[in-house]
Formats: sequence, C-alpha cells, structure tokens
Amino acid sequence: MPARAAAGKLEFRLGLAATLAVAAFLIGPVVLSILAGLTRNYFVGLSSGLTLRWVAQVWDLYAVTIWRSLGIAVATLAVCLLVGVPAAWALTLKRGRVARAFEELLTLPVAVPGLATALALIVSWGTVGDLRSSVAFIVIGHVLFTLPFMVRAAAASMAMGGLAVLDEAAATLGASRLHRFLHIVVPNAAPGILTGALTVLTLSVGEFNLTWLLHTPLTQTLPVGLADSYASMRLEVASAYTLVFLLMLLPLLLGLQWLARRSS
Amino acid sequence: MSRRGWIGFAAPAAALFVAFWLLPMVRLALMGLDGRDGVSAYWTVLTHAQYWRSMLNTTLLSLAATLATLVIALPVGRFLARHPRFLGRGLLVGLLMFPLAFPGVVVGFLVILVAGRQGLLASVTRALTGSPLVFAYDMAGLFLGYLYFSLPRTIGMVTAAAQQLDQGLLEAARTLGASATRRFIDIELPALAPALMAAGAMCFATSMGAFGTVFTLGTQIDVLPTTIYNEFTNYANIPVAAALSVVLGLVTWAVLYAAHSLGGARGGAAA
Repeated sequence: MPARAAAGKLEFRLGLAATLAVAAFLIGPVVLSILAGLTRNYFVGLSSGLTLRWVAQVWDLYAVTIWRSLGIAVATLAVCLLVGVPAAWALTLKRGRVARAFEELLTLPVAVPGLATALALIVSWGTVGDLRSSVAFIVIGHVLFTLPFMVRAAAASMAMGGLAVLDEAAATLGASRLHRFLHIVVPNAAPGILTGALTVLTLSVGEFNLTWLLHTPLTQTLPVGLADSYASMRLEVASAYTLVFLLMLLPLLLGLQWLARRSS
Repeated sequence: MSRRGWIGFAAPAAALFVAFWLLPMVRLALMGLDGRDGVSAYWTVLTHAQYWRSMLNTTLLSLAATLATLVIALPVGRFLARHPRFLGRGLLVGLLMFPLAFPGVVVGFLVILVAGRQGLLASVTRALTGSPLVFAYDMAGLFLGYLYFSLPRTIGMVTAAAQQLDQGLLEAARTLGASATRRFIDIELPALAPALMAAGAMCFATSMGAFGTVFTLGTQIDVLPTTIYNEFTNYANIPVAAALSVVLGLVTWAVLYAAHSLGGARGGAAA
C-alpha cells in the first residue's frame, strides 16, 4: 500500500517537526542563558569573547547559598527517609479507607500553593524559640513539600514482587517487625527509595514558593539567591548563577532518567 | 496475623504532618475570621472588587496556559509514543525533559531572556522593524512562563498514556474504513482523556499557586499569589493574606479533586 506508506511518512515528518519545535522552545532559552553567563559582554554579543569571570564572581557572592541549599536538601532527605519509608510500608500493608485518606492528606502540601503552607508555618511556628531564624524552619517546609514524593516512590516499589508475602513468611519464622523491615522491605524496595531520594533532592534544591517566605537574610538558599541576582545583578552574573544551578541539577536529573530507564 | 503494629510505622509521618501542616493550616483559616475594624477578612475578600479581579485573572490565565499546554503536548506525546525507535530519540526526549526540574524563578528569568527588554525577540524585532517587541513583564510573559513550566511534565504524561493505547483497536478501525480524523476523535481521544484530565489538573494547580515566575517578572502583575505576598509583606495585613491563601488553596484543591474523580470515573467507564 504505497499510499499508506506515504501518509505514514508525512505523519512522521509532521510529528517530528512539531516535536523539534517544542524542544527548541524549551532548550533555546537555556542555551541563551548559558551563553550570557559565559560572554564577556552580552549586549555586545559573542564577539566580545568568552570568560569565566562571571562564574567566579557568582562563586564569591553566592557560594554560601549553594552550600546551604545542599545542606538543606540532605537534611530534608534524611527526614524523608526516616519518616517516609516506614510510612510507605504501612500504607502498602494497610489498604483500608483510613490509609487512603491519610495518603490523600499527605499530598495536600503539594496541591495547596506553597505560599499558603509557608504563611501557616509562620503564624503557628514563627514565634517558637529561634526556629524562625534557623535553617531548620526551611527544612520543615521542604519536608512537608517533598514527603509525598518519597512515600509514593517507595510505596510503588514495595507493592511489587510479593513483598508482603515474603514479610509474612519471615514473620512466621519469628523475625521481629523492625528486623523484617530493615532486612527484607528496605533492600527490596531500594530502586523506589532511590528514585524518591533523587526526587526529594531535586525538589528541595529548586524550591522557591515556600522558601521565599520562610527564609531570613541569614538563611538564603540558592533559588532565593537566584531571585535576588535576577532583581539586582547584571544579566551576565544572573546567567552565570543560573548556569551553576543547572550544573547542580544535571547529575540528579541524569540519575533519575537512568533509574526510570532501568525499571522499564 | 495482626497487622496493627504497622500503624506505628506511619505515626512519625502523621505526627509531622499534623503538627506542621494540618494544625497550622487550621489556625491560618481561623485567622482569616478576624480582621480590621471587626470585619472578618473573608468578608473583606469577598466584597472587594480588587480581590475578585485578582482571582479572575489568576483563574483565566491558568486555564489558558493549561489548554495551550494540552494542545501542544498532545501531538508531541502521540508522536513519541508511536515512534519508539528513531535516530536521536533518546537525546530529543532528554532535551524535552531537561526543564522538568527548573523552579519558577528560573523559568521567569528564561522568559526575560527571550521576551524581556534586552531579550532575543527584542533585538531581532529591533533589527527588523525598528521597534523592539517586549512582553515579558505582563500577563503574556507569565503565560509563556507557565507554558514552559508545564510542557515537560505534560508531554511525559501524554506519552506514557499514548503508549498504552490499544493498537489493535486502531488497526481494526482502519480496516473498517474509518478516516484518520474519526479514529482520533472516536478512539484515541477518549482513551487519552483520563491522562489529559490528570495532566491538565496538574498544570492548572501549579499555575494557580506558582509564585517564582511572577516574582521574577515583576510583582505588579495582578494575580492572586502576588496579591497575597503584597498583603503579607507590604501591608502586614495577615488576616486578609490568610483568607486569600485559604481561598486559593480551596479553589486549587477543588479543581484537582474534581479532575481526579472525573478522570477516574471516565477511566473506569472506558475499561
């Protein structure tokens, strides 16, 4: 059927053209940003030459926000692992109405705008001790926002492969709950937990909606610093800072893609 | 065997959630009850045109961005699902998914690089026509930002759903003489509807509450997140900020919930 083959070819070309156009729309601005961060003078253009001067300046000005963001991300991940992985296992075993409702409730901080969550935290916990001025305040916000992702990813892995049966078998042999959880459930759910962990790190490093209200001048994070540089720095510095941020995201994203490809 | 002991495993997460989200949220909702001059802030919010306008702007903008995202993501997702193997596909998918993790602030900055005063479009149009095209700092810029923000996620969801399509059904319709348009409307669209609904709800919810992009583009744009931010920081009017946050949260959650149950019901009917 040559007519059908020709139609198929046309369809492929049209689809490819549309997809390439969308890819250009998504990647074009990123390329612009990278070039701006490495160009001596963006308004003159590339002819002014390439330089790492702006990246060095970003490092001088904002290195502290980069380290702080990494620290917050790691602390957030630690809490999510300690709290979220056991919760995921409980939700895998209990499939009742209460469990469903609890799972639904946990996702509310993602569904409800970050501004609302941040305001709620400030009015209730902002006056307690030194919490408001400490990094822990931001970690709390990030945990609320990222926990559902950890629970979902871990639970997805736990639901597979008859893990519940394996656990029952170990229970009849007399293994304690904690022992079974640590030696059977966690190792078998490792891929899901790893996916959840990378997601938590990625989200925490880029979180702005909550952090903007929660931060103080002494607890600036990377995205808050980015907003600051967009408002007050020359375009080259803002672009170089964005470039540093993208370089931080890249290994996390590549890791996530690798995990997704491995599981499919 | 008793499974009650497992409740202890969920207890830390539950305690954290109740202490740092649920109770603070209830307190915030109650704070909206009092306000200045003894009038509840909820009443103030509901009776002032400026808040309604802000709400309307936010909703219309989010709807427009959602629809545009779906219209663009549909052909791209279908294409990627239908052609699982061609040269450079992996790279193409990687490029499409790269902006997935960009926060709103970064998206706002990218919009400025494209459509801002010193942006790409401005220099191109200045060279061509003499007057630069600049639209980054108003609703059009915000629309572009939300489109950029939503596309990677939506394309991912549509592709995954389109890969599940029953090819036999499409083949049968083809042999029975159904045109490409008919096959698309009668078979593909209903099958993809739940995924489109879920993706649309997600785009809508993130556009409603997103703050980073507006913040980078300029806090003069009259959408609800900026209104809340201004009430809180510039006027220290916490009751009104609280009432607006609660209203925004409720509207967003209601849309997500409706799409969830509607999409679920349709999925059930199709199966």
